[in-house]
Amino acid sequence: MLELPKMPLARWVDGLLEWLTSAIAPLTRAFSGFVRLGIDGIVNGLGFLPPIVLMLIIGAIAWWIASRKVAILSVAGLLFIWNLGLWGPTLSTIALVLVATVISILIGLPLGIFSGLSLPFNRAVTPVLDLMQTMPAFVYLIPAIPFFGLGPVAAAFATVIFSIPPSIRLTALGIRQIDREMIEASDAFGTTTMQKLFKVQLPLALPTIMAGINQTIMLSLSMVVIAAMIGAGGLGGEVWRAIQRLRAGQGVEAGLAIVIIAMILDRITQNITVRKENSKVKV
Amino acid sequence: MDQTHQRKVKIRIQNLYKVFGRNPQRAVEMLRAGKTKDEILKKTKLAVGVADASFDVYEGETVVVMGLSGSGKSTLIRCVNRLMEPTSGTVIVDDVDVTELNQDELREIRRRKFGMVFQSFALFPHKTVLENVEFGLEIQGISPDKRRPKCEEALRQVGLEGWGDYYPDNLSGGMKQRVGLARALAVDPDVLLMDEAFSALDPLIRTDMQDELIALEERVQKTILFITHDLDEALKMGDRIVLMKDGAVVQIGTPEEILTRPADRYVSKFVENVDITKVLVAADVMKKPTPVAFVKDGPRTALHKMKEAGMSGIFVVRASNWELVGHVTAERAAEAAKHGERWIDHITSANECATVPLDQPVRSIFPMISGNPVAVVDQANVLKGVIVRGSVMAALSERGEDAQQGEEANA
Repeated sequence: MLELPKMPLARWVDGLLEWLTSAIAPLTRAFSGFVRLGIDGIVNGLGFLPPIVLMLIIGAIAWWIASRKVAILSVAGLLFIWNLGLWGPTLSTIALVLVATVISILIGLPLGIFSGLSLPFNRAVTPVLDLMQTMPAFVYLIPAIPFFGLGPVAAAFATVIFSIPPSIRLTALGIRQIDREMIEASDAFGTTTMQKLFKVQLPLALPTIMAGINQTIMLSLSMVVIAAMIGAGGLGGEVWRAIQRLRAGQGVEAGLAIVIIAMILDRITQNITVRKENSKVKV
Repeated sequence: MDQTHQRKVKIRIQNLYKVFGRNPQRAVEMLRAGKTKDEILKKTKLAVGVADASFDVYEGETVVVMGLSGSGKSTLIRCVNRLMEPTSGTVIVDDVDVTELNQDELREIRRRKFGMVFQSFALFPHKTVLENVEFGLEIQGISPDKRRPKCEEALRQVGLEGWGDYYPDNLSGGMKQRVGLARALAVDPDVLLMDEAFSALDPLIRTDMQDELIALEERVQKTILFITHDLDEALKMGDRIVLMKDGAVVQIGTPEEILTRPADRYVSKFVENVDITKVLVAADVMKKPTPVAFVKDGPRTALHKMKEAGMSGIFVVRASNWELVGHVTAERAAEAAKHGERWIDHITSANECATVPLDQPVRSIFPMISGNPVAVVDQANVLKGVIVRGSVMAALSERGEDAQQGEEANA
């Protein structure tokens, strides 16, 4: 068989990254600034409150949005985390997840809307999303480092890339699956494109969009642990340290804390739209 | 018919084609060359929605477009406000060619001229009933204080006063469609486009809604383009009916014309199951009222007239204008003759005979014709005709034969 020289794919990627690093430096600096500001703000803000007050606030939110059961379990779970001495890392994990989620929504929602409205755009975006979701999560860590160096910003970047696809996909899906007669009704009354989007399409797609955001939050929480390898800190950092030192007990403690945070965030975000629907029914 | 022609044309649909698929103009040319829908589908994979439809809708008229599913009726109605782009042809609404409008002009005309009602209601579940009704005015930028009274009035018109704060999910099907109707009426459109508006409703509620729409139409005088697959509904609602098959218009006419003179086998197949008594009215089955007795006739004259015609009773009218006075039986006339009465007016009974207006449905006349003949009068109580049992039967069997002969001729 003919010996073909190996394709220098790795070198091309390295070259591209190098070029990108300098080319998009202003962008990365802005991203970096936003992430740092967000994380520091949240960590400081939440850290300023006594843990018990914060727990009660989260409990109240859970009660208001979800149910009393969720509220009680949330407070109990948070107390457990606090008891384990993992309060500080938990706050920075929550901060990282929130910042990553906000960025994912800010980017994902418009892309999702556009992809829901334009079939060609949807066709172009879908394989990219497939790629993003099937690529091993670790791979995102590597380009994050040349752009942002080690630390929470690089972790946030990798987390956003990993967790953004469901926001885009489900927003697009939510818009595309609206009943054709609804769109016709809107058109028949003479809506502009923007009126149709904001008064009909987005409200009708909202439950699906919220499901996407919920998934984005869950994915970013799972990425936060992996991102600990590039210095994300927080609960992921605790797990990562436990792995390196082979301390199973510590690993389980931090792991449990992540599960608790995941469940609280999941139950609350899952119920956001449901609660709205219920409260609107008058009879 | 003459009356309709004097009215202003509201919507004129001319040589309208709608073909789905890539490069649809090909199919239009093939249709013009006489190819059928199936041939075109086989050859080009293009689906013909509407093929060369032309008809007018006059101002204030209700035109029902009827056909089976796949006949192109829903596509046709969507071409009128361009929810679907016609492939070829024109749709002229009030002298404006809708097919020529740009997006801004199209939006304007949709806002001002059309109100549309949908088969599955298409209410917005995230808005209350009132907010749904307000939708049309809201997107026109009309402030809440101004639009609210109008929309409450629209809700009142459809009998849903006080339901404004509920959500559509709390309402039954019939009520939902009332909201749909109110939403369309709230913008005060000239034209109501109703796409199978009542097809999803229960039969009883459906009948109610039909009656109410007819009553509403009397009050608000809208031009209505109504789509249905149900012949009974078409016959009931339509001033005229447009029958479609495979995207083409097969016949246009009043309900009676469609029933009694079906244009082809397809139409007669369609109408053969219709209960003709629902559609025919007194004027269709009445006979000439001769002979009649006049008020100044003597009893012997009346008796003679009855004897000549072989009748046991006779209608009495004023000679000057044929206004109906009453009815005289042969028995009473004979008695009066014996007693030497000069005029028959003493023995004329006004209560003895049933009278019906010209537009009384034949179905409701049946119970009356068991005994004495029924008099058909116009609004001024002038005798226009009589209905006896035999004349109804004759009229019915005659129409039936017509339909059959038409079918044989077409076969």
